[in-house]
Amino acid sequence: MIATQIIPGAERELKNHTSFRTTISNSLTMAYRSLRKVRRTPEQLFDVTLQPIIFTLMFTYIFGGAIAGNVHNYLPIVIPGILIQTVITASMVTGVQLREDMDKGVFNRFKVMPIARIAPLAGALLADTIRYGIATALTFVMGYILGYRPGAGLGGVLAGGLLVILFAWCISWIFAYFGIIARTASSVQGISLIILFPLTFLSNAFVPTNTLPGWLKSFVNVNPVSHLVSAVRELTNQGTIGHDFWLSLIGAVVVVAIFAPLTVRAYMRKA
Amino acid sequence: MIQQSEIQVEKLIKPFKNAEQEKPAIEARGLVKVFGDNRAVDGIDLTVPTGCIYGVLGPNGAGKTTVINILATLLKADAGTAKIFGHDVQHEAQIVRQLIGVTGQSATVDEKLSATENLVIFGRLLGLSASDARKKAAELLEEFGLTEAAKLTLEKFSGGMRRRLDLAASLIAQPPLIFLDEPTTGLDPRTRNQMWNTIRQLVSSGSTILLTTQYLDEADQLANRIVVIDHGRVIAEGTPHELKTAIGVATLHVRLADGKDIVEAMRIIETILIVKASTSEPALITAPIADPERVTDLLLALREANIHLAGVSVQEPTLDEVFLAVTGDTKQAEKGETTK
Repeated sequence: MIATQIIPGAERELKNHTSFRTTISNSLTMAYRSLRKVRRTPEQLFDVTLQPIIFTLMFTYIFGGAIAGNVHNYLPIVIPGILIQTVITASMVTGVQLREDMDKGVFNRFKVMPIARIAPLAGALLADTIRYGIATALTFVMGYILGYRPGAGLGGVLAGGLLVILFAWCISWIFAYFGIIARTASSVQGISLIILFPLTFLSNAFVPTNTLPGWLKSFVNVNPVSHLVSAVRELTNQGTIGHDFWLSLIGAVVVVAIFAPLTVRAYMRKA
Repeated sequence: MIQQSEIQVEKLIKPFKNAEQEKPAIEARGLVKVFGDNRAVDGIDLTVPTGCIYGVLGPNGAGKTTVINILATLLKADAGTAKIFGHDVQHEAQIVRQLIGVTGQSATVDEKLSATENLVIFGRLLGLSASDARKKAAELLEEFGLTEAAKLTLEKFSGGMRRRLDLAASLIAQPPLIFLDEPTTGLDPRTRNQMWNTIRQLVSSGSTILLTTQYLDEADQLANRIVVIDHGRVIAEGTPHELKTAIGVATLHVRLADGKDIVEAMRIIETILIVKASTSEPALITAPIADPERVTDLLLALREANIHLAGVSVQEPTLDEVFLAVTGDTKQAEKGETTK
């Protein structure tokens, strides 16, 4: 059956480090693995398919009249808001799924394989940008159905969508970190929601900030999510890049700069 | 049949062969691993020559899996060193990982993916091209009789199929050293025999295998050398034959009609046979027979003491006796399911 002779261990030429190319290739394979799993368990996509549809409908019709006078005027304000809330929620799921995945026996095999240590992590985060893409597309489509006609046209929408996906990828490092240090998947969800709700609701995503009390307004103004929402509104409605665009990018980069090393270190220690 | 591509073979073999480089597959010195108060591994030395099946025998909680985890770079030893083909498991971990395959107690394959997908992904991670990975996956599935189940997700696999796929996944890179942590625990006799055949074939193709087991029969059948460990220490080492002869010619089993007599019966047996007797069941005493003549005296003495017997038998030594004799912890050896 097993016919070929094994090459003796002492006669093999081996390296003790993983090259950059191998790291990239390993990460892509891990991303491929995540995508195959999504294909087998499409229910993993509920949050990025149903949520954009339901939330867009809900928020538009509940707040539309009260905040902007009518639904039509509210759409250019609320669509970027809902988009960002949905995508950031989706990035939280990254952490939960990573935790669940790490509890499976297959991670023990990854650990004894000669692959880049970071690959299982990088692969998972990479694959999730596809989820963010789905959520982004569906939110814009829902908006279009309800009558949203972005002033900057398709180009603005694409630019806004890409910015949101990039931002979500950066934020997902926070949740990946909790995913690794937490003991169970449900505790990841718990911690992440505590971060998620203030971050998305204490922003200008759904309401104009001028009615807020001063202390709240000051938080809302420094919240990177607010800047992201403003940046996406400018991109989709006017087609312009303002200082909010740069501020949200800087915010995202800062998050990665802090959490990527933390996450990688925590993961390495566990791996 | 595995047909390794020529190019790959050339890349792996060094331009010159050096006979002096013949290093043991595993060389461990003074391994210690402490979990809280529990000295799971307490100073273990191991030397596993290349090309053999080395059995690690011990009750649950003896430290077998911890030893494997240290050797497989999954755990850092608190003290001691371990080398795989001369490469340090801690400082050259990534090299060691290229030399080993590990099949653990729990299946380390992806439940949500199909058998083929699992193997292809592992193959890709090991640097095979997409088409090579698919080819390799198909070959391994064929070898392990899983071709028909190739497209099923593992949730639909039986325990034995999962175990085979798990082993197949460990063989993608054709590692020269394979760790098998209780590979047949929970398998039915037929599947266990298949697994044994596979293991023998692996060795005949040049692999070295370190196998842990709680089945003494399995170690006896497969292993060229056996180490018995208990409470994190090596308590015996040698070939199955050496271990058996070390323990005595034969063993006497005396089953008492009344368990209350056991203390007195033990005393008489130990006095007359001049050996240490042990008991593994309430009314069963086992003792090695150094001198068969004395057994006659013993039986007479037992009758004089008015101790009634339910049965007497003489057994040639098995590894079970070896195990009982060296661990001295009979209950765990009998059941094996106690602590973990």
